[in-house]
Amino acid sequence: MSQPALDGVVVVQFAAFAAGPCIGKYMANHGAYVVRVESASRPDGFRAHYPPFKDNVKGLNRSGVFAFNNDTTYSIGVNLKAPGGIEIAKKLAAKADVIIENFTPGTMRKLGLGYDALAALNPRLVMLSTCNMGQTGPRAQHPGFGSQLTSLSGFTNLAGEPGGEPVIVYGPYIDYVAVGFGYVAILAALEYRRQSGRGQYIDLAQYENGVHFLAPAILQHQLLGTSPERQGNRHDYAAPHNAYPCAEPDTWCAISVFDDDEWQRLVGVMGKPEWAASLRFATQLARKQNEAELDALVAEWTRAFPANELMMLLQKAGVHAAKVNNMPDLFADPQLVHRRFWRPVHHKEVGVHHAEMPAYDLSLTPAVEPFPDPCICEHTEAILQKLLGLSAAEIEALAAQGAVELESSVAAH
Amino acid sequence: MPSTPQPNSNYALSGCRVLDLTTPLGNLCGKILADLGADVIKIEPPSGDAGRLRSPFYPDTSGAPQSLWWLAYNNNKRGITLNLESSDGKAILTKLAKSADILIESAPPGYMDSLGVGFERLSAENPKLVYTAITPFGQNGPYRDFLADDLEIMALSGVMSLTGDPGRTPLRISLSQSEAWASLYGAMGTLTAYHHRQALLSQGVGGQAGGEGQFVDVSAQAACVILCAHAPWFWDYNRDIANREGKYMTGRTITGAKFRTVWPCRDGFLTFIIYGGPAGQKTNRALTEWMDSQSCAPPIMKQKNWDKFDVATITQPEVDEMETAIGKFFLNLTKQEFLKGGVQRGMLGYPISSAGDILADDQLVSRDFWQTLQQPGMDRPLRFPGGFAKFSEMECGVRRPAPSLGEHNSEILVSELGFSPEQLNLMREARII
Repeated sequence: MSQPALDGVVVVQFAAFAAGPCIGKYMANHGAYVVRVESASRPDGFRAHYPPFKDNVKGLNRSGVFAFNNDTTYSIGVNLKAPGGIEIAKKLAAKADVIIENFTPGTMRKLGLGYDALAALNPRLVMLSTCNMGQTGPRAQHPGFGSQLTSLSGFTNLAGEPGGEPVIVYGPYIDYVAVGFGYVAILAALEYRRQSGRGQYIDLAQYENGVHFLAPAILQHQLLGTSPERQGNRHDYAAPHNAYPCAEPDTWCAISVFDDDEWQRLVGVMGKPEWAASLRFATQLARKQNEAELDALVAEWTRAFPANELMMLLQKAGVHAAKVNNMPDLFADPQLVHRRFWRPVHHKEVGVHHAEMPAYDLSLTPAVEPFPDPCICEHTEAILQKLLGLSAAEIEALAAQGAVELESSVAAH
Repeated sequence: MPSTPQPNSNYALSGCRVLDLTTPLGNLCGKILADLGADVIKIEPPSGDAGRLRSPFYPDTSGAPQSLWWLAYNNNKRGITLNLESSDGKAILTKLAKSADILIESAPPGYMDSLGVGFERLSAENPKLVYTAITPFGQNGPYRDFLADDLEIMALSGVMSLTGDPGRTPLRISLSQSEAWASLYGAMGTLTAYHHRQALLSQGVGGQAGGEGQFVDVSAQAACVILCAHAPWFWDYNRDIANREGKYMTGRTITGAKFRTVWPCRDGFLTFIIYGGPAGQKTNRALTEWMDSQSCAPPIMKQKNWDKFDVATITQPEVDEMETAIGKFFLNLTKQEFLKGGVQRGMLGYPISSAGDILADDQLVSRDFWQTLQQPGMDRPLRFPGGFAKFSEMECGVRRPAPSLGEHNSEILVSELGFSPEQLNLMREARII
């Protein structure tokens, strides 16, 4: 076993919500030392406003959405608006390999923490700015959250029943597309730095990242003048292709059949019912044409089965099938459990809960065991000692002037 | 061929050779590496990658239908064909892998090993090789051999339980997304392993050649769990089950109130949500003023002290009253009017766009986001999404069109590997390439 893949990489985050912090989290999962700069005077919106809170009691250290975006990272309290705060931030930047920020464009520069200023202190710095629209352009200052940007980027339009209204795509979908591209961009810049000795600035637009996931639709519109439409669960040619109701209320099993042979296998599992021999379902085209009726008939059959049993039965027979996991199912999912995708962590205020691991397993440098998301300002002293070599007295003085914040002086509720 | 990247070149991955044996599940992964400057060779079976059969299609100038999915996700790559079930095909792949930096594939677990060209064999000849395998569930485990396309991956990722109307069929997004997510995480994992290898190379660690490759096992199911966002933590923390609510958003209040998110307007739909926090307060105040300027604002909104508004405590009857008035107001706006007004007033909210709206968006045009490429055989140049990031020192984006089938067989097999043109013909006829 070698050292973790990102061992020795120091990341400092001036970031809140999802799009910035989750990049840091993934880097931490592979051994980077990731520090979030925060202040009790302006806590991360995820800490302050978004359920779920443990036991439904609000608290800066009780947020589930904060937890899952920030495991395995450290928290330093720095008040950028207090005397001496910016200076500390600059000193941290001088020690960083990577800075991640997701403020409104221009904010970091106004604070004196723009790339030009920080690169002057640290020419090897890789700095990533991630925001909705990018750093430039007529709408760069338009505020937005990822859950709504998902609509501007074209995804909401594509969820729902044919002919019906769109339904919401859960959560800040776009933010996580941008997390992935942001991670890739940072590692690319670190590789460039390894060759050239130079850092650089990265301007990432979440909107643009989302468009990559719709690239075929972009070409379709240009060439055919059409757009993909909401189709429920339908597929271009496979039928049956849907989620079918199973025995328990609100349990479902996805089934898809791509060719004649697979259809025959499904028919076999169903016990060769008479209806399945109808000419209306005899060929690929016919099944697609008579899809609505086919769905109803398959659903009558699936209702008798528990979803998990149906999935196993069909997969054994060589038919595409998958239970629709709900949230409790997800934690118990045998494949995710096998991959150790959910790792228990023990948070000092919340207790035991789970961290979500990256979707890639590296054979020689696996992910490090995660530790819980930090309490606000939890590691101020430790980080100031480790990165800046400050003494206890120096730290105390900075805390007294309000430039840094210690956990002990932060009111948790 | 040396595989150490050249210093001071304009791309992160200049000089990095990638062998891309992916199916649609991994096509975008190869493209991401290519966008960063890697020399990506797409290796397809002689009959072509399954991605060439994905609709929509558009006929090229010879009349042959071209897959737009293929064109979108395979630009920046050169392309050769190899029949990996033939001994010559295996030998060629093995030879290419000896000097490659990265190999990516998305075959069923065990398939490449069964052919004798899996990670174990190839890395024995090239210990520096980073080998990424993208599959629906991973290389082993109880679901390893399950048949899964987009619908099954989305079902098992949990996200379908969160999409659609309550009590009705759980839904996937109608343009398949699991391939893009699996590919994105594939690129993340690949570059993580590559970073490790390159760090050791710099330190002079790892044998004579330096550096250390490894196997990267990517699960599409695991990649798609992120689509559930924070929903798992309602269960993990409080044993509450987050569920689909159609066009409503829940989970923001202690009253259990739900908020409308999708609104019909004059020419389509808008997304707007009564939000909390500072941004929400500002938005709600701005909307109230906008509605009031047209005498549409109801008393409940005009009388609200938005600066003190705490969304967590609002009741459903209050929400319903506001949303009735908001809904009527939105019906009279076009998507563009809503966006323009929202930008002017600093409000959260967007039109629900389709591809046409996105192509026309001046924000993207002004940032030079679109890159125009003349795809050979197409009757007009096309705009493609450009670089996924703007780097101050490096290039990133579209450089060359997607390859036609076997387009670079001669360039790579003859000029690089030293086969003769006659051997190339022989291999073509024998379906080795």
